[in-house]
Amino acid sequence: MATEDKSGAAYWSANLRLVAFCLVIWFVVSFGMGILGREALMGVKVGGLDLGMWMAQQGSLYTFVVLIFFYAIRMNALDRKFDVHED
Amino acid sequence: MDLKTMTYIVVGATFALYFGIAIWARASSTGEFYAAGRGIHPVANGMATAADWMSAASFISMAGLIAFQGYEGAKFLMGWTGGYVLLAMLLAPYLRKFGKYTVPEFIGDRFYSDMARFVAVVCLIVISITYVIGQMRGVGVAFSRFLEVDVATGLYAGMGIVFVYAVLGGMKGITYTQIAQYIVLILAYTIPAIFVSLNLTGNPIPQLGLIGDHTSGVPLMEKLNQTITDLGFGKYDGPVRSQLDMFLYTMSLMIGTAGLPHVIIRFFTVPKVSDARWSAGWALVFIAILYTTAPAVGAMARLNLTDTIQVGAVGSPDGNLSYAARPQWFKNWETTGLLKFEDKNGDGKIQYYNDKNKAFQAKAEGFGWKGNELTKVDRDIMVLANPEISNLPNWVIALVAAGGLAAALSTAAGLLLAISSAISHDLLKGMIRPSISERGELLAARIAMAGAIFVAGYLGLNPPGFAAQVVALAFGLAASSIFPALMMGIFSKRINNHGAILGMVSGLSITIFYIFIYKGFFFVKGTEWYASVPANWWMGISPEAFGAIGALVNFAVAYIVSMATAAPPQKIQDLVESVRIPRGAGAATGH
Repeated sequence: MATEDKSGAAYWSANLRLVAFCLVIWFVVSFGMGILGREALMGVKVGGLDLGMWMAQQGSLYTFVVLIFFYAIRMNALDRKFDVHED
Repeated sequence: MDLKTMTYIVVGATFALYFGIAIWARASSTGEFYAAGRGIHPVANGMATAADWMSAASFISMAGLIAFQGYEGAKFLMGWTGGYVLLAMLLAPYLRKFGKYTVPEFIGDRFYSDMARFVAVVCLIVISITYVIGQMRGVGVAFSRFLEVDVATGLYAGMGIVFVYAVLGGMKGITYTQIAQYIVLILAYTIPAIFVSLNLTGNPIPQLGLIGDHTSGVPLMEKLNQTITDLGFGKYDGPVRSQLDMFLYTMSLMIGTAGLPHVIIRFFTVPKVSDARWSAGWALVFIAILYTTAPAVGAMARLNLTDTIQVGAVGSPDGNLSYAARPQWFKNWETTGLLKFEDKNGDGKIQYYNDKNKAFQAKAEGFGWKGNELTKVDRDIMVLANPEISNLPNWVIALVAAGGLAAALSTAAGLLLAISSAISHDLLKGMIRPSISERGELLAARIAMAGAIFVAGYLGLNPPGFAAQVVALAFGLAASSIFPALMMGIFSKRINNHGAILGMVSGLSITIFYIFIYKGFFFVKGTEWYASVPANWWMGISPEAFGAIGALVNFAVAYIVSMATAAPPQKIQDLVESVRIPRGAGAATGH
């Protein structure tokens, strides 16, 4: 079993992977579902709105909030794992 | 108690509160003046950031914009919130770790160039000044509408308040005032929205009312579509003119938001790197409360307005409201000039319809209608008149006045701090007199703040003719110059001084050029090359949406130039390494 790489470079690439994952979601919920894919999602309804309209005016905003907290939690865990955290 | 007295009491009480905070939160060092001593709790900073960010435009104008644009108004909602995701993941934590006071300072150090720092200072000042004009204007207008004083008097009162807490307290005073201002503005926004939603849908939560049923039993959106298409308007949730334009518009607002210096410096006030991450999340929570309410307010206000005028079936003899029977709020807003009626067919009734719709015109003529008679419906009414339309008590109307003022003042203060710190810290301490003492710099910062307030006040009183256009310029500049420079400075060790400078200059040049050819050079009327209409735009891209293209140009030029020239020196590469690692941020608060 290889020992885990705890170098600064490994910390940075773990960070980049996490950021990339979050930004894919950021893009899909807003630009993807809210703008480009709206036509395709026309049949799906959220109450009285079509899904694309709801994502554009409501859903993407909620997702952004969740996404930032998710990122903060995961990054703080990474900081500890790689022993670069504060205090 | 009459409305005017009530408004004076409510607005006066909020001002007394801001004043009290100013006395309590005086700044005694440059660290406190520029970054509130880096002791702000992340939740508190989130709240202050929300107030800092949400301007007079967000509070007063945005719901009205959405009301008339329908689905497409989502570009403002996504654009002005999605930027926080970028801030939280790409900029704020690293810039906090860098541990200095201003955005140009990072650009100057990272690209080891006073030239780069200077370009950033110029961008910052242009962005912030253009932005602050609108806030000062907002203060004056809010005063004049609600307190019946003239715009100039209102503006002086606003300047006086900002002067006290910004000059005395710097970032520290501004932060605590912004927290109070957030609470005032969010109550003022949500309370009327709850009642409007209750009236129309029976649901007290506007976000649920928007997707719920109208009191008549059909979904609210269906009811709204029916009501406005019957009068020849386009469907509220209809398709957009150009998906490409909406895409780029949204992207430009997002990266522009992330690149606005007055927002970025708010994240310098928290104690740790991890706090900067949390704080961005909290900021967006507080912002989203208003931003998810706004589309509900927009849709509901549009339905309310149309239903007030079109009381019966379209075209029936009693279908339209008689002018003599118009409600009190209609009269109130007529006197402000934001609502105008002209009886074109002389029948004493109000016809409000889309007279530019050719197909509907024939029908309208059949009814004896001679054109749309609501000749002006200012979009700001959609928020400002809401409490009156819903018959809410006077204290709610007074609160809306205080909320509009809080939104404008909090944003103005943040912008003024960004301007004054760029002058005293980047220009004076950084370039002109590096030997200046701590006390000297603090004094200079206060003088720069006072000067910035006077310039902003002057421009608010004598707004250049282009005031309405400048938001496009501010976001375009931030998107095409500052955001890419910061991001490359953190995420690449290879981008060097030449690349960064040429990248910024070419990104912002092409963006400004594209705005100028449609809006006039330096916004001087008559100097534009083409009329700013979709048919003339390159690939249908509006000038407001061009910042994203400018950013792309910036990235490309910076990369190519850097690759063709020498890599940055080792100490700069070490600096980038240190910015990427959170440990040590608490200590890195010096100069």
